[in-house]
Amino acid sequence: MQVPADVVDALVGVTPGSPLDAVRARRSEARKQAQTSWRALFEPADASHMSVLERCAVARFVALLHGRSETAAFYAARLVEAGATTALAAAIEAEAAAAPRQGPYGAYPPGPLSCEDAPGAVWQATSAGRTALGARLAAALEHVHMLVFHPRDAAAPALQALYDAGWSTTGIVTLSQLVAFLSFQIRLVAGLRALAGRS
Amino acid sequence: MTNKTLTPPPHEAPPVFTRDMLDWLAWIEPVAEDALDARQRESLIDAARSKSAYFRLLARDPDVLEARTRTDKDIFYNPEAGLPRAERELAATATSRFNGCIYCASVHARFASTYSKRTEDVDRMLAEGVGADLGERWNAIVEASVALTATPIRFGPAHVERLRRAGLDDLSIADVVASAAFFNWANRLMLSLGEPATMPKA
Repeated sequence: MQVPADVVDALVGVTPGSPLDAVRARRSEARKQAQTSWRALFEPADASHMSVLERCAVARFVALLHGRSETAAFYAARLVEAGATTALAAAIEAEAAAAPRQGPYGAYPPGPLSCEDAPGAVWQATSAGRTALGARLAAALEHVHMLVFHPRDAAAPALQALYDAGWSTTGIVTLSQLVAFLSFQIRLVAGLRALAGRS
Repeated sequence: MTNKTLTPPPHEAPPVFTRDMLDWLAWIEPVAEDALDARQRESLIDAARSKSAYFRLLARDPDVLEARTRTDKDIFYNPEAGLPRAERELAATATSRFNGCIYCASVHARFASTYSKRTEDVDRMLAEGVGADLGERWNAIVEASVALTATPIRFGPAHVERLRRAGLDDLSIADVVASAAFFNWANRLMLSLGEPATMPKA
């Protein structure tokens, strides 16, 4: 599959000369840099701390957690392109389907904000999923679930769990950027689709 | 090499949302200031950011950091038409308030306050949350930001329509979308790689 020149435009369905094309052109640097971010994450110069297959696996999982069909289908194709086995792709789908998918929730540091605490699950991969994904990717997806739905519960032990599963410091930075970027991209696409009168 | 998370020095966590300047303490090791290579320095864009643990940590993946920062700058600083800067900052603050990022909320509440001169309204949202009544135009922007931040995403035609009725043109609505979407990026980094701390009293 050919990667579109501008992934956001492709997922929104922006056609040249359309009103939305004109709107995006008024913020041409943001448009260009969102695409440059995508390429830095999915076509990295250095993939030694996180492989392209791992990146696509995380992206597919994040897209499924958001329940947006346009992005989920796109990253399903990227995952196949990156060389995922059918078993790996199926495991990611099964894990996403088994995970709670509503947010944001989480707790504040104990104090005046505690009355706003919204407790929720700390999701863990199933044992079948852990076997299919391997320890490194299973740990990543557990972290990803927290980042997507309850980032305010984050604490140092969550990063220690990634270290213990074999992630490097640079790998953790890239993983975090990847999930954070996708949280942006999926919302940008959803928002622009609504603006264009699409679902 | 053993990889262990860092234990931040003794500090006080901010107990509430605030416009005060906060510090940020990393949980994993940033690149040391004198160890930044040429590409990492370039990726900071503003040389002064070599003082920031947050940016020196993100500089471990310089290509992503540089593109992230350039995306951020155009969404918030591009002065050409669209949503006024104050209201782009309002969307950033509302998103941060709803996700629970005390650090990001503090920075962008200061900007929202400075550019709008509506400090009391900004403070009301910090204190009461995203349901605070700030008048129809600001309420519409806050509600749109929150609906886009929720998962599943709730933002839809009704939010677009309310923003249009509040006087926003399509470019301004796209600016609300981009500002709120971008803070879903920023909040997750700030919340998950370290923690905020109150500044020591002088």
